[in-house]
Amino acid sequence: MGYLSLLIFLPLFFALVIWVLPKRFEPMFQALSIGVSAAQVIISAALYYMYSLSPEGFRFAEHADWIYLQLGTLGSLDIDYFVAVDGLSVGLVLLTSIVMFIAAIASNEIKENKRGYFALFNLLGTAVMGVFCALDFFLFYVFYELMLLPLYFLIGMWGGPNREYASVKFFIYTLFGSVFMLLVMAGLYFSVTDPGTGHHTFNMLHMMDEANYSRDAIFSIGSEQAVLFGLPARLIGFAVLFIAFAIKIPVVPLHTWLPDAHVEAPTPISIILAGILLKIGAYGIIRLCLGIFPDGQVYFSYWIGVIGMVSILYGAFNALASSDLKRMIAFSSISHMGFVVLGIASLTSEGLNGAVYQMISHGVLSAMLFFIAGVLYNRVHDRYIPNFRGLALQMPRYTTFVVIAFFASLGLPGMSGFIGEVFTLMGAFKSESVNQLLPRWFAIVSATGILFGAAYFLWTLQRMFFGARRFFGGEAWHRALTDLSARELFVLLPLGLTTIILGVYPSIIFDVTNLSMNTIADHAYRSGSVYLNMLKVIFGL
Amino acid sequence: MIQLVWLIPILPLIGFLINGIGRNRLPKSVAGVVGSAAILVSFILSLCIFFELRAGETKSFTIELFSWISAGNLHIPFSFLVDPLSVLMLLIITGVGFLIHVYSIGYMHDDEGFARYFAYLNLFVFFMMLLVLGANYVIMFIGWEGVGLCSYLLIGFWFKKQEYNNAAKKAFIMNRIGDLGFLLGVFLIFNTFGSVSFAEVLPRAAGFVQGDTVLTAITLLLFIGATGKSAQLPLYTWLPDAMAGPTPVSALIHAATMVTAGIYMIARSSAMFVLAPFTMDVIAVIGVATAIFAALIALTQTDIKKVLAYSTVSQLGYMFLGLGVGAFTGSVFHLMTHAFFKALLFLGAGSVIHAMSGEQDMRKMGGLKKALPVTFITMLLATFAISGLPPFSGFFSKDEILAHAYEHSPVLWGLGVVGALLTAFYMFRMIFLTFYGGFRGTHEQQHHLHESPKNMTIPLIVLAVLSVIGGFVNIPHVLGGGESLHHYLAPVFTYASAYIPGLTLDHTTEFVLMGVSMLGVLISIFFAYTKYVKKSEVPAAEGTRLPALQAASYNKFYVDELYDNLFRKPLDALSDFFYKVIDKSGIDGVVNGFGKAVMEGSKNLRLLQTGYTGFYIFAMVIGIILIMVLNFFLM
Repeated sequence: MGYLSLLIFLPLFFALVIWVLPKRFEPMFQALSIGVSAAQVIISAALYYMYSLSPEGFRFAEHADWIYLQLGTLGSLDIDYFVAVDGLSVGLVLLTSIVMFIAAIASNEIKENKRGYFALFNLLGTAVMGVFCALDFFLFYVFYELMLLPLYFLIGMWGGPNREYASVKFFIYTLFGSVFMLLVMAGLYFSVTDPGTGHHTFNMLHMMDEANYSRDAIFSIGSEQAVLFGLPARLIGFAVLFIAFAIKIPVVPLHTWLPDAHVEAPTPISIILAGILLKIGAYGIIRLCLGIFPDGQVYFSYWIGVIGMVSILYGAFNALASSDLKRMIAFSSISHMGFVVLGIASLTSEGLNGAVYQMISHGVLSAMLFFIAGVLYNRVHDRYIPNFRGLALQMPRYTTFVVIAFFASLGLPGMSGFIGEVFTLMGAFKSESVNQLLPRWFAIVSATGILFGAAYFLWTLQRMFFGARRFFGGEAWHRALTDLSARELFVLLPLGLTTIILGVYPSIIFDVTNLSMNTIADHAYRSGSVYLNMLKVIFGL
Repeated sequence: MIQLVWLIPILPLIGFLINGIGRNRLPKSVAGVVGSAAILVSFILSLCIFFELRAGETKSFTIELFSWISAGNLHIPFSFLVDPLSVLMLLIITGVGFLIHVYSIGYMHDDEGFARYFAYLNLFVFFMMLLVLGANYVIMFIGWEGVGLCSYLLIGFWFKKQEYNNAAKKAFIMNRIGDLGFLLGVFLIFNTFGSVSFAEVLPRAAGFVQGDTVLTAITLLLFIGATGKSAQLPLYTWLPDAMAGPTPVSALIHAATMVTAGIYMIARSSAMFVLAPFTMDVIAVIGVATAIFAALIALTQTDIKKVLAYSTVSQLGYMFLGLGVGAFTGSVFHLMTHAFFKALLFLGAGSVIHAMSGEQDMRKMGGLKKALPVTFITMLLATFAISGLPPFSGFFSKDEILAHAYEHSPVLWGLGVVGALLTAFYMFRMIFLTFYGGFRGTHEQQHHLHESPKNMTIPLIVLAVLSVIGGFVNIPHVLGGGESLHHYLAPVFTYASAYIPGLTLDHTTEFVLMGVSMLGVLISIFFAYTKYVKKSEVPAAEGTRLPALQAASYNKFYVDELYDNLFRKPLDALSDFFYKVIDKSGIDGVVNGFGKAVMEGSKNLRLLQTGYTGFYIFAMVIGIILIMVLNFFLM
């Protein structure tokens, strides 16, 4: 068993263990989950380090035949177990294990049905890890759909008062996207053949190489027959995949599941949602949309840039208007992920490097922010911003970390948020002069998002933490609102240090991502332009 | 020694960490000493570097510490630039900074956040050093925003008071507006030159033709950044509010160092600015407009710190006027002298406030010169300096700017002189209201009046000496001087000097210009003297109806209210609209509507499941017929 398989299936194994263990072991389930994710952190950190020593291409690959079915006249169904990581995914793998670790520690607020919770929690751990490692589209899809099940129950059963609405909304939204993804996957399967075996294949890497496409299939490159409803099928394929992932990111206007899901979800699930789930959307776009349908990316870049820009500003404005702390953070996530979308749309190496950096940075920061919201909620079961005032006097140590998290999020140089925002913006700014995909004013307008980011974070800081002490719950809250416990400090301190270290020495990430992202940007733009020109000739676009 | 320049910013950073982490445990004496010692050692190191640089042949060193970012085509080393300009700035920051740290030990003595205060102050010095030492625009930007953070933390230092937090937030956000301009400028620089380091950008920029549009755009964007940080029109309104912070903070951050970052940045980029004459004109006009506008507001303010705040805005305007007319040395010169006398004025005001048990309203002061002799004399000397009376420091620096302004356009000179007259008036008004006449405060206050302790007065005395003699570093030729500062800074402005000719005014004209402005200043002082000492006028109490012009000035020309209605309220309304209307009703309306429609639809469809076998057979027959009919037609 390779490192990646170990990483992926370790939580699954323990999910089963938790499921079968007798009830009297219940108090140990959390410790067990923390242990599992801690082991994952160690393994993925080791992988990250090993990858950084020669950061090129896909490494730690594991390849095995998985399902082989003879389907009569339709041919055969050939699905492989194929996992590997490159500069794009290795960082996200590390991020995933760190976020799972934090979430496991934050799970002590779960009091009911711990067996079910921690079994699902670990199942989710396998699914998210698998998504980032899978290089077989079918395998990817399996992991991708596998995430939905535990998340639906984790929100729907352990969430807040309005949890059923939120979990159904989340489920429908995501399912809506992934159902169509299934069709695209099938279409791709029948369009691509493995040069080695001559069979059709789900191998993503083969799907990224034009040499493997048959002439007359639905997603063939430069073929008149690749038509769907009278439109070029490849563009439709791109759009379908993009929408599926855009819902996950989420972008405006496909975002409304997120604030509800966050508000209702228990703290650890919010942490996972913001820290990992949103990144899966962006990861999917970079890996699959850019990799397989670069022509679509080049064709739609302008509009994707618009979506990114709108998300940045719309998220910021809504955050400004939110009075629930978690909702505010949720909208800030939408705004921050908008930078990722913008960076991707620019198709420059700065933009894509920045996008990956921003994903990792936001993963750390959103985990920190939702943990911070959880600290308050666990004490007084309230998150309504106007109900708090003067927390800085009440909980000074807590406030220190809030200030760090807020300033890192609003993009203060020296902390991680700044680098991600600047690089994505710089990519968007540069686009006009290197590939003409985005006009320069996109970057200029999006940059104002940094300003509004400062506005809502500082306003929240001012309303909740500064001023004279005054709490909605009066004396009872005064007693309940104690400063950070050792456990909470143990979570917040490393997260706070991480954001500063990443901000002071961003090469930790860029050295790993740079080559891979340059290749991806280069491939997407070059091949994309070539394919798109073929489409233009055929369809007269 | 120059290679060890990284020690200079590291020391305050260590001070910050010690005081920040140990803020609840360290005794006050230790916290204050740690904070001050860090700056003192930095100052000594800066002095060493200064002398080494003066003695050496090479005038510019780039010290690369490590490769910071390398992604895509962008390679940014973490490197420091040691040249006459950055070293001069270091000396000002650490020198004045050290004095203010010492003063703070006395001033903040009874504050419960003592160690936290010194931690922030050291952090500020650290970022300020990054700002001036950074060898590229990105490192500079880190310092640039970092000082903004410290400014935010220190303005809102007494965070229990909600209005102080308002001021802090306002400062940060207004600065951010400017920072956006700066950031976009950096993007454009990278886009144009493929690099962000001074050593590559500036020589390449020098190869452009004068009036190049890209350079004009870059310089305008950078200037927007400068208007934010250096409180120029239209982004100046945060600075007067920033007086909410402890007074030594106002002296260090909001007078001597941080607010001059914009001047430093433009001086540093002079090679680009001289090639953009349009930007230069904009800078000169904004500068002189700010100088006069702020001075007009200062005329009627009654809060001693507010007077000084508007005076700072106004003096910064002078520095920008200097930059705009190409007097780079003059601006940096004025930056330096201003750092001396304005820091002194603020510290003096702090001493007064200290003695008055926290009172800042000059209407409740008066006659303090007996009780506070050291404060009085030092502040008076600073006032001479800022009013531009010879041979005090401000005279030389202001004169240099005005002489260049005259050469550029006599109108600018005229406006500059008007500003100088206003300055002399409101400064002496402040002195007269505070120190002359009879005491107007409460008995209790009068009883408590005392001169400040030594650790506060000694910094005042040192700064007073500097305010008096600071101008001698750059005595103009016309007065028989050697223009030492000009020669010292010359290597920094090599590219710029090709486009900015030296002064060509003949000596007679220069003497006449000097004479005119000096006469005006004397008249102005005399006018203030008659009004506030002879006639012992006191500004009207709060709530009195003032004549229209006075009211406008007293209410700061209603600019805050204007911005509120023009920007803040519409943006608030917009975010509310987005949240309540578009998000809740619009998008979620559609989503929930879709859900409801499916529910309703299924409810109706469910009715088909009647359970009657007869109905099912009937439906089946209908279905078969339909298929056959369709088949028939499709064939």
